[in-house]
Formats: sequence, C-alpha cells, structure tokens
Amino acid sequence: MKFNGLMGVALAALLAGVGSGAAADVVKVGVVASFSGPFAMYGKQFKDAIDAYVAEHGTKAGDHEVQFIFKDDGGPNPDQAKALTQELLVKDKVNYLAGYVFTPNALAVAPLIDQAQVPTVIFNAATSIITTKSPYFIRTSFTTPQVAAPLADWAIAQGIKTVVTSVTDYGPGIDAEKGFTKEFEAKGGKVLDAIRMPIQTTDFGPFMQRIKAAAPNALFTFIPAGPPAFAFVKSYADNGMAAAGIKFLGTGDLDDETTLQTLGDAALGIHTSFPYSAAHDSALNAKFQADLAKVDPGAVANFASVGAYDGTEALYRMIAAGGTDPDKAMKAVLGASWESPRGPITIDPKTRHVTQNIYIRVVERDASGKLINKEIETIPNVPDLGLAK
Amino acid sequence: MTTLASILMDGIAYGMILFMISVGLSVTMGLMRVVNLAHGGFAMLGGAFTHWAMAEAGLPFVPAAVVGLLAVMVLSVPMERVLYRPIYRMGELPQVLATIGITFIMIASVNLWLGSSLLSIRLPAAMSGAVDLGFRTLPTHRLYVLGAGVLVIVGLFVLIERTRFGIKLRAAVDHAGTAACLGIDTSRIFALTFALGAGLAALGGILGAELLPIDAYYPLRYMILFLTVVAVGGLGSITGSFVAALALGVLDTAARYLFPDVGTIFFYLAMIVMLGLRPQGLMGRA
Repeated sequence: MKFNGLMGVALAALLAGVGSGAAADVVKVGVVASFSGPFAMYGKQFKDAIDAYVAEHGTKAGDHEVQFIFKDDGGPNPDQAKALTQELLVKDKVNYLAGYVFTPNALAVAPLIDQAQVPTVIFNAATSIITTKSPYFIRTSFTTPQVAAPLADWAIAQGIKTVVTSVTDYGPGIDAEKGFTKEFEAKGGKVLDAIRMPIQTTDFGPFMQRIKAAAPNALFTFIPAGPPAFAFVKSYADNGMAAAGIKFLGTGDLDDETTLQTLGDAALGIHTSFPYSAAHDSALNAKFQADLAKVDPGAVANFASVGAYDGTEALYRMIAAGGTDPDKAMKAVLGASWESPRGPITIDPKTRHVTQNIYIRVVERDASGKLINKEIETIPNVPDLGLAK
Repeated sequence: MTTLASILMDGIAYGMILFMISVGLSVTMGLMRVVNLAHGGFAMLGGAFTHWAMAEAGLPFVPAAVVGLLAVMVLSVPMERVLYRPIYRMGELPQVLATIGITFIMIASVNLWLGSSLLSIRLPAAMSGAVDLGFRTLPTHRLYVLGAGVLVIVGLFVLIERTRFGIKLRAAVDHAGTAACLGIDTSRIFALTFALGAGLAALGGILGAELLPIDAYYPLRYMILFLTVVAVGGLGSITGSFVAALALGVLDTAARYLFPDVGTIFFYLAMIVMLGLRPQGLMGRA
C-alpha cells in the first residue's frame, strides 16, 4: 500500500516534471528512528507528531509537496542507522533527513550528511557535540547540561545548600552530574557525595541508605526512563527519604509522560527540570494534544513528540524557503524563532541547537486523578550549556 | 556496625527476590533437565496478566496476582504438551535455541498486546511504605517477599522430599523408562512439574516487580540473573538455589554499599570464583 503510494507520487512527479517544469516538485524527507524493539516508543511518538503537524499544515511547504519516508533502526545501532541513511540518500534520493533517537546513531551519519549536503533535523539525540560534527545538523530536542544546570540554580534559590548526586554511570549521567555540580558549586552549594550507579542496577536500597547517612538537603539524579527510573523513585519513597528531609531533584527524563502514570504515588512531590511538560499551560499545547489525539486516539504527548513536532516545523520552514537547495534551507531556519507547544524557542545560529525555556516541575495529581508534571518555575531562554564553556 | 547490619538486611531482602524469580528455573532446569531460557518469559507473563487484571479489569492486587498465577499455569500445560515435549529429547544446544525462540515469541506477543512500556503492578497500602526498625527503615514489601520465599522453600522441600508426587518426580527424572515400567505416568508428572515451574516463575515475576519491573523485554533483561543463581546453586538443588541467591544478594549489596563505582563486577566475580571452586554448583549432584 505504502509502496503503491510511493510509486504513485513518483510517477506524478515524473509526469509533472515533463509537463510543467519544477512547479509541483516533491521534496523527500527520510526519517530514521526506532520503530521496533525496546525503544519503539520514540518511533511512534515521532510519527504521531509528524502526522499531527501534516494534518494541521497540509502536505505542502511553500510550493513544494513534502513526502516522508520512515526507516527503522531498531535501537542504539550506529551501523544500521548509517546503512539506512545511505539507502535513503542513494536510493530514495531524499533532500532532508530527520529523526535519530540515539547519540551514536546521529554521530555515525555525520560524515554522510556532510558529504551529501543534506540538512538533518535531530528530533532527540541529546549529546552536545553532535551538532559540531556537521554544519547540516540542527536539533530541536534538548541536551542534558541544558536541563541540569538550571535545576542547580533553582535549588540554590530554594535554600538547598547541600546535595548528594547519584547518576547512572554512563555518558549522559556523567554529563548531568558535571552540569549540575559545576553550577551548584559556583553558586556556593556543596556536593557531599557523588555516587555513580551501575547501569543495570534496579535495587537502589543501598544507595538510598548511603545518601541518607550523608544527610543532604536534596539528592540530584539522572537516570534513564524505564525500569531503573521506576525502581529509583520507588526506592526513594520506600526508604522514607522525604520524611528525612531529603528533597528529590532530577532531570525530566525519568518521569516523562509515557512512564509517569506507572510511577504511581511514589512520584508525588518529586521535582524535575525539563523543556516540555504535557501539562504546559498554553492554547498551542492544548491544540497540539487535541490534534495528536485525532491522528492517534491513544497518543500521549511527551518530549519526543514535541521534539519531532518542532523538528517538522523546522523542516517545513527550510523546504518552503530553500526547496532542494541545502544552503538556502539552512539559512532560513538558523536564528528563526517561533512559539512551540513547549513555549517560545529559537534555533541558535551558532550551535544550531534549540534555545528554550527550562521548567522546574513538581509531580501532582490533577483534578481527574492523573499524575502530571506541574510547571512551578520557568528559566527563560536557556542555550545548550554543554558547548558554551 | 550499622552499615554491616544494613548490608545484611538489604542483602537478604535482595537475595530473597533473586531466589523468588529463580526458583521456578531451578525446578524446570534443575529437576527436569530442560535448559529453559523461556523461564523469564513465564515470569513476565505472570506480571503482564496481573497488570492487565488490575488496570483493565480493576481487580485489587491479591485477586489479580492469583489471576496472573493461574493464567500462566493454565497456559503452560498446552505449551508443555505441544512445544516442550519435543524439546525434552533434544541436546543442550538445540534446547537453548528452541527455548530462546519461545522467549522471543512471548516478548513479541506481550509487546503487541500491552506495548513496550513498563507494566506497573500497584501494591496495596498494607504492602507499600516502610517499616521502622529503630536504626533504619525497610520497605514493607521486602518483608512479604521474605515470608513468601520461606513458604516456597519449605513447600518445595516437603513436596519433593516427603510426598508420593516427589518420589515419582525424582524417579521420572532419574530414569523415565524405568519409572514408566513401574507404572508411573511420567508424562503427567512432567506436565504437572512444568506447570509448577511456570507458576513459581510467575509468582517471582509478580512479587519481584518492585525491584525488577515488568515490561515486554523482561525475559532478556534479567536472564543472566536467573541463570547465575541456578548455576551457582547447583542443578537440581532447590536448597542450593536458595543459598546461592542469598549469598549473591548479600555480596552484591555489600559491593554497592562499599564500592558503588565498581559496579556489578562483584556479582560476576563471585560467580566465577564459586563455579571455579565447585563446578557442580554449591549443592549440585556430581
């Protein structure tokens, strides 16, 4: 069915080309993401968000017909991501690329897009250095330091003077620890202990005991969503940390909207910082979620949906202005600002990364009893702090 | 002193969870001699059915857990008849391949049915929260797991060592042909034992879900954990699995208290050392 559709569009494009020049050309966007395996959530969120955007804005960007081609890289798999990207470039002759959930996947395709000069919008992969690897990368998600440092500022403002950091022992965890610690100590806070936890662990009792023994005002954590985050939050509640006066500070990865409900009562009252909450109070966010529900009734908006939605906006802007000319397209989007469901955003012309508000949120139950990330404080216009050294 | 007591308590609690999720494998792989890599699949199915019964059918925890347990045991009977009968007769490597295939089918089915997100099992108020022990607190849930673990090991010991069913089972495992000649219905014994193993897997999955949360990829995520416990304990020995689970639990917990940065290496070092000293496992039969 999809194949027939593709053929039809290709034929139409061919006929149109013969008949009337480039007036009704088709611009192709290849989307590489995980549509199967343990990380299939990302592919689904991306596709729903693109569908919602297309439902709102139509299939035309300026004079150009936009067509999306989806490819499944199955998870953190740089070889597969590279092979699929190559196939999209050579066989499908795409003019733009998008998606990329994982840092290694995005890094693997940098040489390809550089050589092919294809503008590429990263919807998620969150390590700072990615955008430095090719001038054709732009990113509409967030980076770990961008989220961690504002939380340190806020903690100081709340009178939190001492923390214990406990992060998962891998790249993003260490980025978060450094980002938080640097800002926290610069503002006069004290880190009593820095724990790096093994990545497979789901029994956090011992770490909670150790944190309790250090008796800080708060703990700071970065822990990937999924089983570890679930067990960590449970462990925080079960070990009576809140009663011992130790506040919970974390990045919003651990309680994103697709996993928030499963955390249950244990999550009530924890503080996280993140660029997007589904509970963000704006007309645009309400409309975005209503449109998402139209394309997929079971859809839940989270950071991946909004990364893809804003990424699609960037693609449409580039296609409308540049068509198939990559440099004209890049120029159209660098420095551009617009209102997103997450709030106001700008594509920083220097880092090609999104500058955005970071929100401090607290987990609460809304009127219908659902858990939400309620935004209680806004830190406006935060750039990617990972590169600004 | 407090640290030592904390290590022992957290370690035993963790070890008991390891025991609960591994004891079913100790039955199927240890007693029945099938390399059943789909063990985690049965645990995951138990958790998935329980999650479904709570979230979709609105049952409270205890009836939902019973639904999960029974659903897995009922499902395991036709599976044993159709899938596992031929597997019993295969060599070890074909058994590994066949059961890992079954695991993938289970993962894909649950993924299709309930999606790839976490399948939470909310505990009743009586089982959540923490108990104050004076010098520290312990999650209430761990006390229940401790109790369940003791019940399971006593129950299994009585069943296998002290009942007619146990005698028949041991006879059927040692030599199916001779046992059949003596009038023992070996295929019925095997079907019942397999259902018992699957049921124990489901129970472990449900009770351990606080620490090892259920999702579609559960069977692969924790496969090494189950296999380690059974291998270190010794094939065919329930008591061995029990001792191994507690020892590994305490050791892993001690490492996390004292050297958190070194990670899970102690767990595997302990496995290598124990298997190096006793290749048959702690209580394995030579």
